Parts: sequence; C-alpha cells; structure tokens
Amino acid sequence: MRTPFGSSILDAACRLPVPFIILFAVYVVIHGHHSPGGGFQGGAILAATLILIRMVRGEDDPWGLDRTRAAILASCGVGLYAGIGLLTLVFGGNYLDYSVLPLPLVPEKVRFMGTLGIEIGVALGVTGVLVLIFDALTAGETQESDDGK
Amino acid sequence: MGSEFLGMVNYWLSAILLLLGLHGMLMRRNLIKKLMAMNVMQVAVIMFFISLAMKTGGTAPIEQPGITEVDAYINPLPHALMLTAIVVGVSTTGVALALLIRIYRYYGTLEESELLERMQE
Amino acid sequence: MSQHVPVLIVIIPLVAALFVPLIALRTMAWARALTFLALLGVVACSGAALTRALATGPLHYELGGWAPPWGIVYVLDPLSGGMALLIGIVAALVAVYTQPYLKSWSTSRAGIFLSLFLLLVTGLLGIVVTGDLFNLYVFLEISSLAGYALLASGSIHSAVATFRYLIVGTIAATFYLLGVGYLYALTGSLNMADVAIRLSDIGHSGAFAVAITFIVVGLSIKAALFPLHGWLPDAYTYAPAPVIGFISAVMAKVGAYALFRVLYFVLRPTEAASQVLTGLSWVAAIAILAGSLLAIAQRDVRRMLAYSSISQMGYIFLGLALGTPSALKGALLHVLNHAIMKGCLFLAAGGVQWRTGGYRLEDFIGMSRRMPLTMAAIVLAAISMIGLPPTAGFFSKWYLVQGAIEAHAWVFAAVFIASSLLNAVYFFRLIEWAYLRQPKPQPSLSSPPLYQELPMQMLLPIWVLATSVLLLGLFNQSVVNGIIQYAIQPEGS
Repeated sequence: MRTPFGSSILDAACRLPVPFIILFAVYVVIHGHHSPGGGFQGGAILAATLILIRMVRGEDDPWGLDRTRAAILASCGVGLYAGIGLLTLVFGGNYLDYSVLPLPLVPEKVRFMGTLGIEIGVALGVTGVLVLIFDALTAGETQESDDGK
Repeated sequence: MGSEFLGMVNYWLSAILLLLGLHGMLMRRNLIKKLMAMNVMQVAVIMFFISLAMKTGGTAPIEQPGITEVDAYINPLPHALMLTAIVVGVSTTGVALALLIRIYRYYGTLEESELLERMQE
Repeated sequence: MSQHVPVLIVIIPLVAALFVPLIALRTMAWARALTFLALLGVVACSGAALTRALATGPLHYELGGWAPPWGIVYVLDPLSGGMALLIGIVAALVAVYTQPYLKSWSTSRAGIFLSLFLLLVTGLLGIVVTGDLFNLYVFLEISSLAGYALLASGSIHSAVATFRYLIVGTIAATFYLLGVGYLYALTGSLNMADVAIRLSDIGHSGAFAVAITFIVVGLSIKAALFPLHGWLPDAYTYAPAPVIGFISAVMAKVGAYALFRVLYFVLRPTEAASQVLTGLSWVAAIAILAGSLLAIAQRDVRRMLAYSSISQMGYIFLGLALGTPSALKGALLHVLNHAIMKGCLFLAAGGVQWRTGGYRLEDFIGMSRRMPLTMAAIVLAAISMIGLPPTAGFFSKWYLVQGAIEAHAWVFAAVFIASSLLNAVYFFRLIEWAYLRQPKPQPSLSSPPLYQELPMQMLLPIWVLATSVLLLGLFNQSVVNGIIQYAIQPEGS
C-alpha cells in the first residue's frame, strides 16, 4: 500500500469507476430515507474510493485527504451531527428533536431534513475515520512509535 | 419437529456461530485468529437480532405508497440497532488491528506462545 | 436551558473530544484549557442535576422529543446523578494530574490522549445517565474502546495486556447485547422502566433465564467480578499513570452500577433476580478473600493495588447482593470511597514512578524522606483501605457489616472483617518499605536527591483525594442521609 503498483493499466482502470462510486455513495447517503442506505453505508463507500486510490497509487498520493485532513473531516462530520442537535436545543426542543427546526416545510419533511443533515455528518465522519484507520494500519515503520512510558 | 427445526434455522445458525466464535477467542493461540473469531461472534449476534425482526409475509421496512398495514413491513428496530452494532464491530476491529500491528512490529510474531517467550526476555 | 442538563452531561465532553485534537494542532494550551473547562462543565451539570433530583424527584429527558417507550430516555435520579458527579470530579482531578505528562509527550500524542480521555468520560457518563438498554450497550462500547486505546498507550507490554482485555471486554459487551436481544424478544421494548413493567407478566421461561444469564455474565466481566477478573491485573499494571488513576477509580464501578440497575430496577419484579443475587453474594465473598490473598503475593505495587481493587469490587457486589438497606448504603458509600481511595493510591504510586522510574516495592524505599507529602497521602489512603476510623473506609465497611448482620449472613460479616486484616498485611508492608527500610548505600555519583517532591499539578489532585478520604469519613452521615439514602429507593416511591 505504500508504494504504487507502478502499472498504468491499473491506474487507468481505477480512473474509470471512481467518479461513479462517489456518485453512488452520495446517492446512498441522500436516499437513505427511501431505500437501503444512510450515513454509515455511504461513508463506507466513499472511504472505499479513497482506499482504492491509495492502493493503486501508493501512499504519496493521498488524493487530498492526508492524515490531518482526514482527522479534521471526521471531527467536523461528527461535529455536524452534534451541532444539529445543539441547534435543536437552541430552538427550544429537546436534543435532536428535529420538529423545532425553522424550515418552511411540512412537519414530516422537517424531520426528514434533520435526519438528512445528521446522515451527511455521519457519512463525513465515517469516511474520515475509515481512511484514518487504513492509513494507520498501512503506515511504514518510519512512523513514530511510542514505546516509552 | 422437523418443521420446527427448519423454521428456526436462523437461530440454530446464530447459536453455532456464537459458540464457534467463543471457542476461537478462548482456545486459539494466534492473536489474529482470536480477532477473526471475535468478528464471527459479533456476526452471530447480528444474525440473532435480524431473525427477531422477521414477520411472515412482511417485506423490507421501506415505505411503499399505499401500503399502510403494520404487518406488511418487518420490524425495522432490530435492523437499526444492528447498524449500530456493525459500526461498533468495525471500530473494535480497527483498534484491535492497530494493537496487533504494534505488537507485531515490536516482537515479530503473533503466536501467543512465542510472544510470551519473547516478553520474558 | 436547565432542563437540558441530562443531555448536556454527555454532550459537553463528546463535543470537546471532537475538537480538542484539532485545537491541539495549533495551541496545546487551548486544548488543555478546553478539556478542563469541559470537565468542569460536567461537574457543574451533574451537581445541578443531583440537587434537582434530590429536591423534586428524578429528571427524565426524552431524546429527540420522542416519548418512551419508543424514544430513548435519560434518567437522572440521585444514584445516577451522584455517579455522574463522582465521574466528573475524578476526571477533572486526573486532568490536572496529567499536565506534567502532557508536557513530556509530543503535541499530537498529547492531543489524542486528551481526546480519548474525554471520550472515555463521555462513555462512562452515558452509561450512568441512560435509561435505555441498547443505549447502555453503545456507551459501554464507547467507554471500552477509548479505554483500550488509553491503556495501550504505555509501553509495549501494555499493548499485549490490552489486546487480551479487548478480547475479554468484547465478549462481555456481546453477551450483554445478546441478553438485551432476548429481553427485547420477550417484552418488545428496550426502555428499562418499560421492560420492568412488562416482565412482571412474563414469569418463568427459558428465554428469560438465558437473557438474565447473558446480561449478568457480560456486566460481571466488565465489573471484574471474580472469577471473571483475569483481564484486570495485567491491564492495570502496564498502563500509564494518569490513565490507571482514572480507570481504577471509575470504570469497574460503572460496570457494577449497570449491574445494579439491571438487577434492581429492570428485573425487580421477578424471583429469578433474587436467585441471581444469592449466587452473586457467594461469588463476591470469594472475590473478597481471593483478591486480598493474591494482593499479598505481589511485589509490584500496581499489581498489588489491582488485586486489591478486585477484592474491593467484591465488597461492593456483596453489599448489593445482600440487599438490606444498610448493605445497600454501605455498597454505594464504598463505591464513592473506593473511587477516591484507589484513585489517590494509583495517582500517588504514579508519582513515585515519575521520580524513581519503577513500581516495585524496592523503589519505594526511602520515599518517606524524599517525597514526604506523597507518602503521607498514601498512608492516609491505605489506612482508609484497611478500614480504620475516622477515615471513610471504616464507615462503608461498618455499614456493610451491619447489613450482613441484618440479613443474618454471619459468614459474610466474618468475610468482611477477615479481609480487613488481609488488607492490613499488604498495605502495612508498603508503608514499612517506604518509611522504615534504609536505602542501600549508593555510590555518590548516583545518589538520589534528598527532597524531591512531585510538581504541584500532580501533588494537588493526590492531596485533594486524600483529604476527601478524611472528610468523607468525618461527614459520612450527611453523605449517607443526604444522597445515598435516596439513591437506594426504587423509582417512584
């Protein structure tokens, strides 16, 4: 995983499906309400895209999501989830009570939009975490190892 | 008796997987095998919950316009719970793998007997 | 805003845990400040919740606005409010204690440590606050995973010990989940209060016996009840000092709290619960004696304290299992006392290791001159562990013995007293090595300095805990009558 496979065939072959996988991941997240799917599943598929790129191209092409950025993405994703909950606190309802969000929609649709918001947060969080796990497990031995006390 | 058994195959399978997983975790000497057995045990519990959710003649719990009877859809609650359980399983596997990599890099082995030997030195 | 206190108790450390590592990338000082503020927030919220619960009755908070039994409910009665307050206070003290360690680590490691610590606190608070069986599983796993990561962050030895703990802990959580599944199949609900109502119609059935077995075994593993305690000594021995100070004080007790909730509140109307409690009482009695005997055999102070913890958890279980009012008061008072005593001991032992580099009894020689304040705190906590008045330990054991006598369980009363004598053996040995043994004559180049106390940030929490040991002993009546007495009453009465 650290060194690229060095094959242009693999490189070209992975270029083709990647946009479709990302599109499918976004579809899975947004359509979680109407079909099997949701935040975790869409996030896992999105992370699979990034892991595919890493496997084919090696460690030096993190495709814009190196370790720091992945950590920030994960934190912001879960923060989005907690933030929507705090937003509902601000508007007077209980925590994560979507019906108090001030959206100009029918009450069922308001809950739907609230759930969609947290699912997006979950997807971002899961993507960040899975990419971090993959990076941590395949990192080379030059990474810092805290064997001291 | 036979039809009772056939109707409950899910639960039998879940019990067998649970015992296999438990056996693997406790009896196997290799740390990776223990981890794999842990995953097997978690799958057993997930299967158990999902089997609880089934209703005869029910379909997937996604709202289809026009069909509003409760009995047409299977129970969605265990499915939602098991999504969470799957995520927990993934996280535990991630933490366990990170630990195993650290142990492997330091000691060079993941067999418990060799590990204990090298730890004594 | 004050009606949202139950959820704020859990959300404040969670959100802080998310942003601390990002802030630590910029400025470490802000990250530490945020951690401490979050823990102070937890203490404030749980204190407010506890006073409200004592004044007007349990607080119920419906998450998402959904009413039970469909929604998840957070319940803050005096018991959970008290446990949340305890967790918050110990966490805040350990956060102060960690400062010198954080300075010696790299920025990223320190930031991740603080984040994991806050996640551990979140998980434990969630277990204490929740009123939903599956929600308890989720928080149990959150606290366990953060615990594994923290425990493994020490030397390489800790990684192997933590992997073993991970396997055992996952078995425990999976068993608990399976038990909850059986309860759901029986009653159709996951809400603790709702399950309690529906179980009263169920009576005996195979599924119920399986459910109760799995839940009790799973939570007993988490609470380190003998003979399911095997993971504890290794996990405790190799962990970094601030981690073990917090985990030893709090984690096993939260497991005991969960078991108490399930046995007394969820399964209350059934007679199977009383059979389980009887079995539990015998196992706990064996745990008390075995833990003390094994502690005597140890040369490593941390391992000795770990086996002592197993023995003390046996006290708490035996008190909970006996069920008489005095026994329950004694058990809950002992939860409070032991958290403070053991936390103080582990933090002080960590302080000794900070200066001398070792944890063996030999490293404690001469500490009375070199670190007099730390050793004085250890002496105070040790006297309380043995159970001498007027320290706190005496009073919790007094209630426990009284409870055993009320239940006509003379054997258990004898077990309590015998184990106090066993405790005296190994604690006095530690004090003897520290105060009375002379250090071997060293060549002058490597002789240790004559007076080298700990930095103030480490000394302060140790002494806060040590004085609390004394204060809790002197004021135990007000604690028992003010808080614990209400905590043991079943909901609604």
